[in-house]
Amino acid sequence: MPDAPQRSFAALAGVAALMAALIALPFLAKWAGQPALIPLASRILIYAIAAASLNLALGYGGMVSFGHAAFFGLGGYVVGVLYQAYVGDARVFGLFPGTNQLLVTLPLAMLVSGALALAIGALSLRTAGVQFIMITLAFAQMLFYLFVSLKAYGGDDGLIVRRRNVLFDLDARDDATFYFFCLAAATLVFVALWRIVVSRFGLILGGLRQNETRMEAIGVAPYRYKLAAFVLSGMGAGLAGALMANLLRFVSPDMLHWTKSGELMIMVILGGVGTLFGPLLGAAAFIALETFLTAWTEHWQLALGPILLVVVLFTRGGLHALLARLSGRRS
Amino acid sequence: MTLLAIAGLQKRFGGLVATDDVSLEVQAGEVHALIGPNGAGKTTLIAQLIGQLAHDGGEIRLDGERIDALAAHQRVRRGLARTFQITQLLTDYSVLDNVALAVQARQGHSFRFLREARREASLRAPALALVAEAGLAARAGARVADLSQGERKQLELAVALATGPRLLLLDEPMAGLGPAESAAMVEALARLKGRIAMLLVEHDMDAVFALADRVSVLVYGRLVATGAPQAIRDDARVRDAYLGSGDA
Repeated sequence: MPDAPQRSFAALAGVAALMAALIALPFLAKWAGQPALIPLASRILIYAIAAASLNLALGYGGMVSFGHAAFFGLGGYVVGVLYQAYVGDARVFGLFPGTNQLLVTLPLAMLVSGALALAIGALSLRTAGVQFIMITLAFAQMLFYLFVSLKAYGGDDGLIVRRRNVLFDLDARDDATFYFFCLAAATLVFVALWRIVVSRFGLILGGLRQNETRMEAIGVAPYRYKLAAFVLSGMGAGLAGALMANLLRFVSPDMLHWTKSGELMIMVILGGVGTLFGPLLGAAAFIALETFLTAWTEHWQLALGPILLVVVLFTRGGLHALLARLSGRRS
Repeated sequence: MTLLAIAGLQKRFGGLVATDDVSLEVQAGEVHALIGPNGAGKTTLIAQLIGQLAHDGGEIRLDGERIDALAAHQRVRRGLARTFQITQLLTDYSVLDNVALAVQARQGHSFRFLREARREASLRAPALALVAEAGLAARAGARVADLSQGERKQLELAVALATGPRLLLLDEPMAGLGPAESAAMVEALARLKGRIAMLLVEHDMDAVFALADRVSVLVYGRLVATGAPQAIRDDARVRDAYLGSGDA
């Protein structure tokens, strides 16, 4: 086993190579005559943000949330509602004007999703285990039905965002431009998560996952730390949802459905629970499988099931652990 | 000076009275042993003192202040710490991490997101000193999951000490240890004696009589005797209830 400096150098080199590949990706896709790969890659990055955010609560904090679609979908609706007001020259809730500025919509989506996570988390974290799973699921489904019945925001049909948000004057209609927005956001999120995980807060969170009794006995109040992590996690999912609404130029209750929560969980488990880059691998594998398998059959989940089973049973820690073992390192 | 004062403490689990009107005092710097047969309610008493189990009646005072309405983490901040009979450690973390986290908790809130905690000297240096004092210096980087039972018991003590306690609640620190490990634990506790008050729950009578200033005997949730070790050894009721029964 290589010693610590060598290992961190290898990790740094790996991250640099990944970053270079991600930057080169749109140019290579165009050069290879496969421009459809660019929005596909954007989708992967967006889901990676959502899954990595869920992983903060689920993997590092041990809070198995089955309701993260609520934060993801709500982030999308923030973009949709602001855009609707912007083009209709109306006021949102009669209070403030709409906008299509990315630097307003994304932070606002994070704030709104974070506020929802604060409310849901404050109540749900009074439970644990299976009850926590069920109560987060219940809250997310409540939000789903709320938006299905909100005719002002399109009800079942959702909202169309005819044009993507802009960064000042920079139009994101071009898929490559939007891809770089997603890459920038994903980079920020992963750097933030990396810092959080190794900080004092991160160590407390990991301790709470391992043994809450122990943490109380050293003078830590578990609830506030878990709630803070849950809110951060919700904010990340909200950011991903806002980007997704821009990518698809569409937001609908589908984004809030419990199956979306399940997909995010599958990505985390597939990639590696409680690892930094696991969710990115999981999102990439999930989206790739979905894309290639749906080309054969619409019942693609029939094939996803066995694959997930094999990964969970045999990789001992998801794709992340598998890759680490293949490259001769222990995770 | 009385550090811990328990008065009329009650705890029921349905029809079972686990703590039956227990009144007890621990003086500052005193080692007060609590002995009794299995099922006497010793661990239940410790859990109530630290606040991990709610009591049904009576009061607990630490240094004159009533603490029985406080949550466990608040009592720890006031100088109470416990060890567990069945070790409760963070098994994915290293030995040093476990102690450093207790040091960190003592330094105030942990809503700090920017600096890498494992590189903060203000956490690692005091933690390393405590790890060394516990005789675990060579194992500081080892994952707790890879430790022996004896090492875990030593680590339990080091983590409790890292919270900076005035009173240690020790729940069978010798349980599951071999003779040599047990002797090392007695020695470690003897070094702390006088500096930190202890409420020592233990079945190992040699350890109890080597360390304790006073001994209390708990039987079926009820305190049947309190006194100097020699007096307890000679007490007919205690012999009857406990020492002579061969149950230990």
